[in-house]
Amino acid sequence: MLATRWQPRSIWSEMNRLREEMERAFGGNGLRQFDTYVYPPLNLWEDDNNLYVEAELPGFELSDIEIFVNGDNQLVLKGERKPPEVEGGTWHRQERGYGAFNRMVELPEHVDPDKVTAEFKNGVLTVTMPKREDAKPRRIEVKAN
Amino acid sequence: MAETMVNKEQQPVEVSTVERTRSGQVYSPRFDIVETDNELILFGDLPGVSAESLDIQYENNVLTIYGKVEPRHENLNFLYGEYGIGDFYRQFTIGETIDSSKISAELHNGVLTLHLPKTDAVKPRRIEIKTV
Repeated sequence: MLATRWQPRSIWSEMNRLREEMERAFGGNGLRQFDTYVYPPLNLWEDDNNLYVEAELPGFELSDIEIFVNGDNQLVLKGERKPPEVEGGTWHRQERGYGAFNRMVELPEHVDPDKVTAEFKNGVLTVTMPKREDAKPRRIEVKAN
Repeated sequence: MAETMVNKEQQPVEVSTVERTRSGQVYSPRFDIVETDNELILFGDLPGVSAESLDIQYENNVLTIYGKVEPRHENLNFLYGEYGIGDFYRQFTIGETIDSSKISAELHNGVLTLHLPKTDAVKPRRIEIKTV
């Protein structure tokens, strides 16, 4: 008896293979593939002094967004987007999502929660988080004799 | 928030190829479309697009939306990079007859709201029934 059972190539395995190839072809821009239920997708980068988190939050009001820093290395973003108010009418397309989100990310550095600032422009949120002094890179002076 | 009136006269239908002189990613924005008795209303997510960098054209029943997004951070190594940044482009063919001189658009917090009023000829008319 065979240890592994031979299976004819089903339509589903063909579909999966096709999907994987599509992802490789179109998703190969070096960005991490995110799951659709993780909202919002974030970009996070750093310089010597700050960590930056950016999220696209179109249709949110700044008053609907809450930003927390827990401890010194957890960022929590909360918000809610309300559906547009249209009286009556027929919806031909509904591609945009609505409702509340709550996302927590672990920060790779320790930050000073009191100095965190946020900017919201054209639906793009940018959070600037100054690193704690002991997390900043230190230049070591080399003395020449 | 800005008000952009768009009423382009006849032009070659080369919109999509004309704009593709820029390199970089182009994304298809998500849209909601609702139709009322008097107009079509479109809501589109265009995060990062300002009113000045948004181009909307309507001709031959084709609505073209092109939002330019300037690269916000070049030569950066993302610690998390979960989405890409690029221009937004989408075309819709509008079946209803639209009064193109009355199209209005506004952009608020990255959401485009487009009002496309129908011409009077295609608005539903209530037929009065007379009793005899």
